[in-house]
Amino acid sequence: MDFQYAPAPESRSIVDIRSSYGLFINGEFVDGKGESFKSINPADEELLADIATANAEDLDAAVLAARRAFDTTWGPMPGRDRAKYLFRIARIIQERGRELAVLESLDNGKPIRESRDVDIPLVAAHFFYYAGWADKLPHAGFGPDPRPLGVAAQVIPWNFPLLMLAWKIAPALAAGNTVVLKPAETTPLTALLFAEICQQADLPPGVVNIVTGAGETGRQLVEHPGVDKVAFTGSTEVGRAIARAVAGTAKKLSLELGGKAANIVFDDAPLDQAVEGVVNGIFFNQGHVCCAGSRLLLQESVAEEFLESLRRRMAQLRVGDPLDKNTDVGAINSAAQLARIRELSQIGQDEGAERWSAPCVLPERGFWFAPTIFTGVTQAHRIAREEIFGPVLSVLTFRTPDEAVEKANNTPYGLSAGVWTEKGSRILSIADKLRAGVVWANTFNKFDPTSPFGGYKESGYGREGGRHGLEAYLEH
Amino acid sequence: MTLTVEVARSQGALRTFLHGLPGVDQVGAEQRVAMLGTRSIKTTAKAQALDLAIRMVDLTTLEGSDTPGKVRALCAKAVRPDPADPDCPSAAAICVYPAMIPVAFEALRGSGVHLASVATAFPSGQAPLSVKLADTRAAVAAGADEIDMVISRGAFLAGRYADVHDEITAVKEACGDAHLKVILETGELATLDNVRRASWLAMLAGADFIKTSTGKVQPAATLPVTLVMLEAVRDFRAQTGRIIGVKPAGGIRTAKDAIKYLVLVNETTGPDWLDPDRFRFGASTLLNDLLMQRTKLTTGRYSGPDYFTLD
Repeated sequence: MDFQYAPAPESRSIVDIRSSYGLFINGEFVDGKGESFKSINPADEELLADIATANAEDLDAAVLAARRAFDTTWGPMPGRDRAKYLFRIARIIQERGRELAVLESLDNGKPIRESRDVDIPLVAAHFFYYAGWADKLPHAGFGPDPRPLGVAAQVIPWNFPLLMLAWKIAPALAAGNTVVLKPAETTPLTALLFAEICQQADLPPGVVNIVTGAGETGRQLVEHPGVDKVAFTGSTEVGRAIARAVAGTAKKLSLELGGKAANIVFDDAPLDQAVEGVVNGIFFNQGHVCCAGSRLLLQESVAEEFLESLRRRMAQLRVGDPLDKNTDVGAINSAAQLARIRELSQIGQDEGAERWSAPCVLPERGFWFAPTIFTGVTQAHRIAREEIFGPVLSVLTFRTPDEAVEKANNTPYGLSAGVWTEKGSRILSIADKLRAGVVWANTFNKFDPTSPFGGYKESGYGREGGRHGLEAYLEH
Repeated sequence: MTLTVEVARSQGALRTFLHGLPGVDQVGAEQRVAMLGTRSIKTTAKAQALDLAIRMVDLTTLEGSDTPGKVRALCAKAVRPDPADPDCPSAAAICVYPAMIPVAFEALRGSGVHLASVATAFPSGQAPLSVKLADTRAAVAAGADEIDMVISRGAFLAGRYADVHDEITAVKEACGDAHLKVILETGELATLDNVRRASWLAMLAGADFIKTSTGKVQPAATLPVTLVMLEAVRDFRAQTGRIIGVKPAGGIRTAKDAIKYLVLVNETTGPDWLDPDRFRFGASTLLNDLLMQRTKLTTGRYSGPDYFTLD
């Protein structure tokens, strides 16, 4: 029997999207002085809202508000009182979880199943986790009396808009800093809803400021002389520019940049679960994941069998309406990103790799790319070296464990890696040799607020999450 | 069928083969079924799923207190689950103890509903082979066209795979034309690795169906166990061309649960197994919840339990 799932759309009526949004400075929404821009729904290219651009004057006001809050309210406030605000924010996020999930899927294009079951629960978990640290900083291992840095300038990407906000804001606030955060140009809406949540939680004015705009606004923010700390998540290219801009100043810097993670499958792996893990590793969030398992390293003795299973599994992926509760793969976030994915895929084809895409029907409007794998890829192919940041998997093979490690480490990046084997001793020995900030064993793309996350080499420096994540926001 | 012949030759070969199957990562298997559990099956898809689930029910009574009256009532229910709605399909089969077969045989005559009987010293399987075979032959002679046998879990857990294999082969032979469902009793096998091995062992020995549980041991059917069994029949078909059915039994009580199983089938083996000849539910209370949800879908209202027959 052909069992077709009827459409099961999540209602968007739960969220009120205003026609235009200003900047959130000193606890209030104010008009931006730059030229406004539009945020659209990548699944159908419909306009969602007009968004203000912060110019230099707006940024001065935001940094000043943050400075004042740091000096007068948030900085001097005892940790146990800061914790109360953070716990309150975490609870409001849970209460308004469905609203946030729908808004995130509308603005970003990710499936509601992921925003509802992964993004938003993790956002709340991060605030709960760091709320718990706020009054225990002397016990965090950074000396008896670690001090906050001051005003943090934070610039975040579009792939996990609200989650990246939580990764930045929760530890900063727990440690006693105030923040000016710029969400990505294509996904500002949940950050602006978060601003409303700050108001609802009665957070003192100026502790959190949200400024919107394009790359130029971000550049001006991190270069602003009034900030003490810069935190950035995004591309390695922009990360380099920020590192240059910050060099020679007193600003502290943490960067979480690109990746080209190897997912290594040995012949003694639990194969059915490994197929799931590989699918989850690269097609989760349309592959818009810095730690995505974008290079599959297959042991040659199981390569053919594994690829057959992988293609069969990929053919089942449900690509389409992000708000449908049964969608597995949603829309590519922007036209620009889609163009980049297409360009690199074309390069892969031109370089001689064999391309296979899941046979799915893509919607006519919006930005879409079918889940794709390239086989016959070698280390010399560009699609094995450059971050594609889309639902495209490059498949390479290896013969011995040493060769697997060598190939896995042979990349300028080092954010994450995966090892699949039923042999416990092999997991330990391989993980030990992989130069990657996170190594997952028999799973992939699992996140937890207690676990530090960050990169080696060109994937950045500093850690977010866990006790380690506090260090980036403390003077010690 | 070269695979069967080659592997079944000896205890050593069976052991090598079964232990050479890829392992199952339990955490991963549980995550997979949890994800599939979030599938939202509504409106037309739900109507389709409910009717299919009704057609897949092996309506079961396996109690010491079973009487001819009780079995007749159950047969009537299986033939016409919803007397108020002639469009409601029949269940797949009735499943009873061997002593009740003659009663059920009469009651089901001409209805198209299959008659399944448990056999082979159900539920423990702890009896000599000769008794098990006699049990099976008697059930088939009395009119059962499906036999639900239990494997010797003791022999399996002790690693005596050839004994289990030969026993299944012998029972299969005793079945004649009757379909053989092999109950693995996964609640006693404990690990998913064992479930995969026992599934392959039963398929190699000639099972037509592999079934999770007797219903007398907890846990009975679970989604992760059923996932592993579905993967086994999918892979077995790829290697041998033979299609083996799967029957989760015990503990599936609600329409919502049944739909989760159908989604699992749909996204593991594909639609080829969405057929009462290839997938069954061993259940009793499940049927009434399926009927209740079906009525709700067609009328838009929930009826009380008094509007559905109790058996």
